[in-house]
Amino acid sequence: MEDNIKKFLYVNRKAPYGTIYALEALEVVLIGAAFDQDVSLAFLDDGVFQLVKGQNTDGIGVKNFSPTFRALGDYEVTKFYVEKESLEERGLTADDLQEIMYEDEDDDYAEKPSIRLVNRAEMADMMAEQDVVLSF
Amino acid sequence: MKFGIVVSEGPYTHQASDSAYNFAKAALENGHEVPRVFFYHDGVNVGTRLSIPPQDERNIQKQWSALAGEHNVDLVICIAAAQRRGLLDEKEATRQGKDANNIAEGFRISGLGQLIEMGIQTDRLITFGD
Amino acid sequence: MATLHTVNKSPFGASALQSCLNHAKDGDAILMFEDGVYGAAQGTIIADAVAAKSGSLSLYVLKGDADARGIADARLIEGVTPVDYAGFVELAASHDRTNNWL
Repeated sequence: MEDNIKKFLYVNRKAPYGTIYALEALEVVLIGAAFDQDVSLAFLDDGVFQLVKGQNTDGIGVKNFSPTFRALGDYEVTKFYVEKESLEERGLTADDLQEIMYEDEDDDYAEKPSIRLVNRAEMADMMAEQDVVLSF
Repeated sequence: MKFGIVVSEGPYTHQASDSAYNFAKAALENGHEVPRVFFYHDGVNVGTRLSIPPQDERNIQKQWSALAGEHNVDLVICIAAAQRRGLLDEKEATRQGKDANNIAEGFRISGLGQLIEMGIQTDRLITFGD
Repeated sequence: MATLHTVNKSPFGASALQSCLNHAKDGDAILMFEDGVYGAAQGTIIADAVAAKSGSLSLYVLKGDADARGIADARLIEGVTPVDYAGFVELAASHDRTNNWL
């Protein structure tokens, strides 16, 4: 039923922990994975902070949900578009982000990176191809 | 045209639930359909029947309940967000051993799948939040 | 395949409007509402950046929100069109998707 598949984009523009938006966005992505839609995630502006490695929440009494991003590949959520300009503005490079991999079942289960670095114009193009854009 | 609406901020603090209401009302008055509104994050607080705003102020919950009654709009409160924030219907209150429930007329509690389903089944989706 | 972008934040406290301007494509529309209406006023530090887009993008402001905040139509950046909620709905209907810059 190709006609019933929509392109869903989850836009993440907020940092984790200070507000609940990042965590509750991730909960939507996890549930949404069961609906077999064409899912992409966008990380731009402060949203790129969600993916940095080395998050340790021991001192603030809340759950560190960053490892969950690494599990999304098992739910066929494999397209993480991360904006280069947003990283640069925040003094970050791709090396500061967690490694997030998925197994490509169309390519003999080869391990591939889920994170796709894109520039601002490519991010805009990708956003313009969606059927449903959900922002958190 | 079918509009799906997401409300992701609480009433009285943020304008989002008012804006969403005005948008839904205008859509319905102009011949469109609003089959469902999904309340997420603090937006779930719109659905409590226990709020008592001053009499000279709008009652956001009652506005929504009336709109739902007149136009058959499905007002869905996200269960995960609701449980965190103390929004319970009778069934859930019993199940969780709580001594009260607070869901207003026209609202129902359900899962996040209802949000995805709304995205699939409507023509346009719009989020009011912060 | 154009997009209706919505911005509900003051441009002086949040990056939403700037980020929206950076990502909107030619032919898209931007509706400024709630505190986003401050981005539609003349004479501000961001007004030139907004006005510069009035050729390639369609710019709108929700009149009720602008009026509520004391921004008269005469103070709007040239090329910004005031709309009411019915106009907002029609913009959402006439574009292929909405992208809400929260």
